[in-house]
Amino acid sequence: METATPNYLLIIGGVLFVMLNVAALLIWVERRGLALFQDRYGPNRAGPFGLLIVAADSIKLFFKQDWIPPFADKPVFVLAPAIVVVTVLMSFVVIPFAPGIVVADLNIGLLFFLAMSSMGAYSIILGGWASNNKYSLLGAMRGAAQMISYEVFMGLSLMGVVLMAGSFNLGDIVEAQRGLWFVVPQLVGFIIFFIAGIAETHRLPLDIPESESELIAGFHSEYSGMKFGMFFIGEYMGITLISCMMVTLFFGGWLGPDFLPPIVWFILKTGFFLIVFILLRASMPRPRYDQLMEYGWKVLLPLTLLNLVVTAGVVLWLNDGFK
Amino acid sequence: MELTFYIAASVAVLATIMVITRYNMIHALLYLVVSFLAVAVVFLTMGAPFMAALEVIVYAGAIVVLIIFVIMMLSLTREDVEQEKAWLQPKLWIGPALLSFVLLAELVYLLAIADMPATASAASYVDAQAVGLALYGPYVLGVQLSGILLMAGIVGAYHLGRQKKKVIHRFLQQEEAQKERSAAL
Repeated sequence: METATPNYLLIIGGVLFVMLNVAALLIWVERRGLALFQDRYGPNRAGPFGLLIVAADSIKLFFKQDWIPPFADKPVFVLAPAIVVVTVLMSFVVIPFAPGIVVADLNIGLLFFLAMSSMGAYSIILGGWASNNKYSLLGAMRGAAQMISYEVFMGLSLMGVVLMAGSFNLGDIVEAQRGLWFVVPQLVGFIIFFIAGIAETHRLPLDIPESESELIAGFHSEYSGMKFGMFFIGEYMGITLISCMMVTLFFGGWLGPDFLPPIVWFILKTGFFLIVFILLRASMPRPRYDQLMEYGWKVLLPLTLLNLVVTAGVVLWLNDGFK
Repeated sequence: MELTFYIAASVAVLATIMVITRYNMIHALLYLVVSFLAVAVVFLTMGAPFMAALEVIVYAGAIVVLIIFVIMMLSLTREDVEQEKAWLQPKLWIGPALLSFVLLAELVYLLAIADMPATASAASYVDAQAVGLALYGPYVLGVQLSGILLMAGIVGAYHLGRQKKKVIHRFLQQEEAQKERSAAL
């Protein structure tokens, strides 16, 4: 067991502080970015470049009346928004930001991430069910089906990386990419992980549990005040988490030329994927629900299995040459 | 390490008791999730982190979500909770409680007479490779049998779910007609 040295506590505090602030900052980045892509101004009144919109938004959320509908199932209704934030924050524990800057260097780090993301599905299901409202329930059902199906390929698409690195430890996986980033040999795995990541965070092209235009807000229609804020922040932290995972697993994590320190490389790469997520929201229409499920099970699952078999065969051949 | 084991084990036992005494199904399932998580921690303290991760991913993450999914479709209301209460009279617990008490006594006796094995912290460390080698070595028959069982389940579900669409949405009618025309040719 790790002893609680000041340095160790500093890493925990630092990661927590940075992640919560990145999530808040993303509200501004997203609104200004969307405005830029769609040729309008976006929020530009409060402070320089409208940056204070973040403060205004958070103050508004904190002071709104926190209302629990009388027909809701109270304990579950309160529990649901906490689950999403807890699971996402727990996942950040295993991410190596730079050599030595990792909260818990677990040797099952990747599985821990998958376990936490599968627990995240509960927030949608329970939130939708406890609201006792038909739109919320529809959103929750869609959310449950979507997250369970996409979790399957998300896990399997990462197994190619595990085979090549020979470890579930995220630090070892980054070190194994010293010669070549895994995005080159594992391009199929990367694309599938990217799509599954959008589905897991239910971001716009695949935000079917929410779908504003048909289900109002889906599973969180009945939520207000800071409980809604938890879902909101949880979504942004989810995007940050998936971006961090893509960088760690496929784009060499902190590795990069020497003129910048490792942590800067990690932040730059993660920032790039965050912008990609926002651009996707601005440019893609939402598929129909049955199209999403069909695409997942009929296209992505066979592709993932094929990728896994071919990777395993090649790794075996390179190691032993089919004795 | 031993203390963490006892804490996790007692949480698991308490959560499981809560599962069987709840009248509301969703609340019972939530306690079931807690119970699975506690068992995962038990695995972790016994030196099997890979099994702990799989316990969370498969049981807590996937299976219970599917059960909740089915229960949501049943649309249970407050009346159902009342009915459940009416069905489960306290005297119904007596029989099962007596029978399981006998089992518990037997288990305690067996644990008491057995040579105490090495403590949890000294237990050997089981990683992913060891699990894989065991599954595809001595237990390969079990893996194949469970594969056949799952295959049967999938085929059965496909058979039950396969039926022709009776009501076609107006947006899909054209597409459907085109499909039939090409099938006729």
